[in-house]
Amino acid sequence: MDNLDIGTGAKVYFRISLFNGAMAIDVTQTTISLFAVSILLIILGIVCGRGLTKRPGKKQVLVEKGVSALYNLVETTMGKHNAKYAPYIGTLFLSSLFGSLIGLTKIFRSTTADLMVVLGWALVTTALCWYEGIRNNGFFKWLKGFAEPIVFILPINIISEVAQPIAMAFRHFGNIAGGGVLMSIVYAALAALSTMVFKGLPATIASVMPPVFQIGIPAVLSLYFDLFSSLIQAFVFSLLTMVYISTNNPPPAPGSRVVKQAEKKAKRKAEKEAAKAAKTAKAAKTAPV
Amino acid sequence: MDMPSALVLVARAIGAALVMGIGSVAPALGEGNAVCKALEGIARQPEASSELRTTMILGCAITESTGIYSLIIALLLLFVFRG
Repeated sequence: MDNLDIGTGAKVYFRISLFNGAMAIDVTQTTISLFAVSILLIILGIVCGRGLTKRPGKKQVLVEKGVSALYNLVETTMGKHNAKYAPYIGTLFLSSLFGSLIGLTKIFRSTTADLMVVLGWALVTTALCWYEGIRNNGFFKWLKGFAEPIVFILPINIISEVAQPIAMAFRHFGNIAGGGVLMSIVYAALAALSTMVFKGLPATIASVMPPVFQIGIPAVLSLYFDLFSSLIQAFVFSLLTMVYISTNNPPPAPGSRVVKQAEKKAKRKAEKEAAKAAKTAKAAKTAPV
Repeated sequence: MDMPSALVLVARAIGAALVMGIGSVAPALGEGNAVCKALEGIARQPEASSELRTTMILGCAITESTGIYSLIIALLLLFVFRG
């Protein structure tokens, strides 16, 4: 079981040392695949967003359908006031999906089979939740929210706050990495089976015989563990992000902090514009005709 | 391989097998229950199917996390822990 490469984590290609060796950045397989996914998605974005016209062609119709489906999903799950998060959710979904699927190429390792990648995404979700919570309630009221309805519940709330990103990250990582481990176990077992079956043949033929049982049989399992699982996990991760953010950012109720702030801002803007208009009117009056 | 390290290897393998075997029962039952109820709901109200499906997948994912935790423990036992 020690010769399966997936359980040992991503291999380190080389190491960049910073500040005279006080800090080091490991460039691993995951780093390379993350850059590959980023470049792929950037190229995809440029190609899809190019040459947009009023009368859409075939490609543009497809892209528009996808984008509007994304916005629909975000608006039905998070509410209309949260539509600004749609680009982030779309990016998260695509990078998770492509990051999982890039493992199928066998050149790159799946980015999501590395815990640190998904933990990073989960921490971004937590940060956004906190930002929205503070924006909606104010800092002290948000802190007080942890001790509600009674003070004794405080430790439980803190634990659940810490557990949320960990659970999210481990769910995604466990699904992808577990699928990878299972697939490599299946491959190893099939290779052992084919050497066992062809042992009876003369040594010269048996040594050049490829492991024929590896052809076709793993494809059925791969369909579930690689394709289906990647899609579902990408969807679940973005859905959970949406749900967590939207619970911290409920639709603006009249009289709430956000609405009051927006009103104040609008009022200040209106005052400024009125002052500006008065100034220009005055200037026009005093100017020689 | 001497006797103590062989024993540790055996313990690791058996532990991983037990963790996965026992730990996958509960999420399987829970997810089956969730899908069963969602199917009943869809059969009764087919027009609500898209919303039910989304909620069901979300619930399944959350239910699954206990199974995933046991998978993590099994992976740790197999690949990380070396006694």
